[in-house]
Amino acid sequence: MNEQDARAAVRAALGKVAPDVELDDVGGDARLRQDLELDSLDFLRLVETIDTATGVDIPERDYPAVATVDGLISYLAAHG
Amino acid sequence: MGDFLMPSLGADMEHGKIVEWLVKPGDYVRRGDLVAVVDTDKTVMDVESFQEGVVADLLVDIGETVPVGTPLARITQTPAEVGAPSREAPPPRPVAAKVEAAKPAPSPEAPPIAPPVRHLAHRLGVDTGRIHGTGKDGAITRADVEHAVAARPAGTRRVRSSPRARRLAAELGVELSSVPGTGPEGAVTVEDVQAAAARRPEAGPREAGPPAVAPEAPGAVVPEAGAVPEARAPAAEKPPEGRERVATLRRAIGALMSRSKQTIPHYYLSTTLDLRAAVGWMQTVNAQRPVASRLVPSALLLKAAALAAKDVPEVNGFYLDGAYRPSAAVHLGVAVALRQGGLVAPAIHDADTLALDELMEQLRDLVSRARAGRLQRAEMADPTITVTNLGDLGVESVYGVIYPPQVAMVGFGRVLEQPWAENGMLGVRAAAIATLSADHRVSDGLRGGRFLARIQELLQKPDEL
Repeated sequence: MNEQDARAAVRAALGKVAPDVELDDVGGDARLRQDLELDSLDFLRLVETIDTATGVDIPERDYPAVATVDGLISYLAAHG
Repeated sequence: MGDFLMPSLGADMEHGKIVEWLVKPGDYVRRGDLVAVVDTDKTVMDVESFQEGVVADLLVDIGETVPVGTPLARITQTPAEVGAPSREAPPPRPVAAKVEAAKPAPSPEAPPIAPPVRHLAHRLGVDTGRIHGTGKDGAITRADVEHAVAARPAGTRRVRSSPRARRLAAELGVELSSVPGTGPEGAVTVEDVQAAAARRPEAGPREAGPPAVAPEAPGAVVPEAGAVPEARAPAAEKPPEGRERVATLRRAIGALMSRSKQTIPHYYLSTTLDLRAAVGWMQTVNAQRPVASRLVPSALLLKAAALAAKDVPEVNGFYLDGAYRPSAAVHLGVAVALRQGGLVAPAIHDADTLALDELMEQLRDLVSRARAGRLQRAEMADPTITVTNLGDLGVESVYGVIYPPQVAMVGFGRVLEQPWAENGMLGVRAAAIATLSADHRVSDGLRGGRFLARIQELLQKPDEL
């Protein structure tokens, strides 16, 4: 998956889990939990939504790598 | 026969607003069927019927706010029973004759008709003078009326549609009767209305005035926002509405918490939970599972709290009218922060009896519905103890304010790695601070401490949760 597709997937998933967040308005270094205020259930749903849409299942041990918006996009680009 | 009343959907609720009717006159409802969508100051809830029968009349319009206990709809007996009175006691002829004398009668031989049936006919727009009664003495029965409706030419037939479809049609200026219905019995669905609107070149929100529903039913708009983004009224209208909702929610929370602090003598305890076993077990389990069935630490903490509440009845129940009533069941309220601000605390019913996976599933469902503003009456009305899990977003400990008439509030802080000394050895373990705010009218610190200690014990054997 290229960077652009990964970004689109993150945008779509965020739109479902946190409709009030507009991806273009937040910086790439924004942290999903602290800055976007996703709680653990939101985060799980985000991971699930991305899995359903892209087939990339992010295992729990990789959660630290996807803690930020850019981290998540890079992870998808590398694994999708 | 009886009225369907505005129910109390929580100790703090004084009035409610009808956002949507899920039934219409003539519909048959059983106990437990969803009847209406009610907006309290805190959330929007589906409300079910407590009786069985036929909806005779809706007494409150959409958008109206009425006090708890106000009759919302009349529900009459089942159709079989409705037919019965007309067989036993058809209106006597002389009365009919008197009516005829009083006004020039359009139908000189007006057949007998029971009031509920006449009402139904009126509602459905059926002229009873034109139907042939098949009941006793030519009485018109409910079935006769329904046949008359079914026999109408398609063009004049009342359009079946969901309330939401009707609202959307009004908003978009779509003529419902012109929309081909694809729903059950040809009912016009939201999708049909959207499709019809999309076919028009000038598709868009109605020009004249604001959308019919949005101003008086802000809650109803929320669930639809995702479904019909292209059909939304201009975005500029949304923010004030959202702000107003947050403001009323804030007021409701303020009133309830003030009452709590004024009437409940709180005491507070805390303990640090050793979560090495629980988190380790969870990580092992999650590593073998697809993301859809993974657990979060909250699920383990909630289950432990539910089991402990069962063991320490002084924290699980209601304090009402000067007396404490412990609850045999544990309905675990879960404080859910709403993204737009404010919080609600709906219940997971019988949380102590649920397997961990079931509890996790219900937690996810409950939180997503709470955020979408679609909770059910029972979920809001009857938590026996509430848990706040604010720590999920960062803080180490949280001391909650008890929701009256409950008598305890449990708080879980963030799960973090901590230095842990045990048996003269120092190590690093996952840990979290658990707190208890409890009602001194009901328990003392000793029993409250027992509750927290029990949570600690339970979490040491996570596979048994």
